[in-house]
Amino acid sequence: MADAGRRRGLTAYLLMAPAVVWLGLFFVIPFYSLVAASLYDPGGSDKNGWDMTYHLANYWTAIENYWQPLVRSLLYGLAATLICLVLGYVLAYTIAFKAGRWKSLMLVLVIVPFFTSFLVRTLSWQLILADDGWVVDTLQFLHVLGSDDKLLATDFAVVMGLSYNFLPFMVLPLFASIDKIDPRLIEASSDLYSNPFVGFFKVTWPLSLPGVVSGTLLTFIPAAGDYINAELLGNADTTVIGKVIQLQATTANHPHIAAALSMMLMFLIVAMVLVYVRRVGTEELL
Amino acid sequence: MRWLREHLVALVGGVVLVYLFVPIFLVVLMSFNDPATRNVYKFDGFTFDNWLHPCADPAMCDSLALSVEIGLLATLVATVIGTLAAFALVRWDFAGRSQSNLLIFLPMAAPEIVMGSSLLTLFVQGGFAGQLGFMTIFIAHVMFCLSFVIVTVRSRLAGMDDTLEQAASDLYATPAQTFWRVTFPLVLPGIFGAALLSFSLSFDDFIITNLNSGSEVTFPMYVWGVARVGLPMQVNVVGTLMLVVSLVIVLSGEINARRRARALT
Repeated sequence: MADAGRRRGLTAYLLMAPAVVWLGLFFVIPFYSLVAASLYDPGGSDKNGWDMTYHLANYWTAIENYWQPLVRSLLYGLAATLICLVLGYVLAYTIAFKAGRWKSLMLVLVIVPFFTSFLVRTLSWQLILADDGWVVDTLQFLHVLGSDDKLLATDFAVVMGLSYNFLPFMVLPLFASIDKIDPRLIEASSDLYSNPFVGFFKVTWPLSLPGVVSGTLLTFIPAAGDYINAELLGNADTTVIGKVIQLQATTANHPHIAAALSMMLMFLIVAMVLVYVRRVGTEELL
Repeated sequence: MRWLREHLVALVGGVVLVYLFVPIFLVVLMSFNDPATRNVYKFDGFTFDNWLHPCADPAMCDSLALSVEIGLLATLVATVIGTLAAFALVRWDFAGRSQSNLLIFLPMAAPEIVMGSSLLTLFVQGGFAGQLGFMTIFIAHVMFCLSFVIVTVRSRLAGMDDTLEQAASDLYATPAQTFWRVTFPLVLPGIFGAALLSFSLSFDDFIITNLNSGSEVTFPMYVWGVARVGLPMQVNVVGTLMLVVSLVIVLSGEINARRRARALT
């Protein structure tokens, strides 16, 4: 008799065990370590050890000193996600509906640039946006930029770098959703005299929502935690929370502050994601 | 005008695709650059020197070797244990299945900086602060690659038609024969894709590695370090090579799939 449905038995646990143990030891338990570290007595040091005094005030200290980078990271993440959504939607739509037999080739082309190193790519943008580069020269010549204005080391460069680097995370889920839409539905809407804009917002957009939700989350979460773009394309005033955590955990040697900031970043992201998912109301997330 | 209106979306889509390649084009170009000074990064002249002497800075090649070594090891371990888990999740029904799915989803949704700093906290609390290095990087890389391997193999397995396996067992193949002759070859492309993804994730990781590497320097960390003092052009050679190698792998996979599809029809 053929196998119908799923098998039962202990074998499944043996197969699962290595992966679950690895994730348990090195993903779940570290999270508890982080919670614990965020409540250390701030008077400790690596030499004398860290006492656990359930010092909740660490969170207050962390907010007081670093609320700016924290807010800035979330804003950068939001801006980059919005830009990615617009660019990614057009690209995904083109691949799904206009590419014809070039569909799979175009999909490959979306991923290919991301096989070169993340850092090398970002440094390449540094070169493109440089003060004496041709982009800035051209924009100055066209008077889009004043003669003293620049692109590199600005908020603009950081957001641009983020939206460039995380674009595939937006395009791929969007494509998966848009590709499933039956083009006859869109034709039907135009047969019924809806103009293309109404047709898009009443038919295509709602049907692509699952892709929009997973794409925006896949872009926002890494973009909010990233500090490579802010450091390489920004300036001293674009410090983001990722960099602060990195410094506090290593050079500054304040594990309690690093832990408290990590917890808050995590908490803020989860809160924003929950509100967002509830408002958009999709259940196809997992 | 009418033509423009009809093709506007595709046109913008094409522009976005070109935009994706702008910095890549520059990386390839710069790999042939003969820079006048190390600090000012500009195309000054054409040369093959960077390609002929890729290890002009031995520190770069050391970091590259370390990244490849860690990438291969982490990929091997993550792919093997991830594939086992994917089979359990698709083919077996067991208590704790939905919790396992959640456990696998979370590392993909957590920001890297949070995973990195929490792992560092664990290592420090466990008394391994002095032993950060190869082992801790390896542990971290397997951890964040695992979920991606499981998800990739799982989707391949879930999308698989099981009629071929039923046919095999109808023809008196033992379960082991069915597995090795039918199931495994069918899942193999998924496993291969997962391994590829895992290697590129490991090879490219900076944020988690930077926190847990001690004094070891991987390739992204090397690039980070020299970014301030001026980049040797050989970094662009590595960037170009990575692009070429992955293009060859991806395209040959694509061609293979097309050939197989044609053979079946």
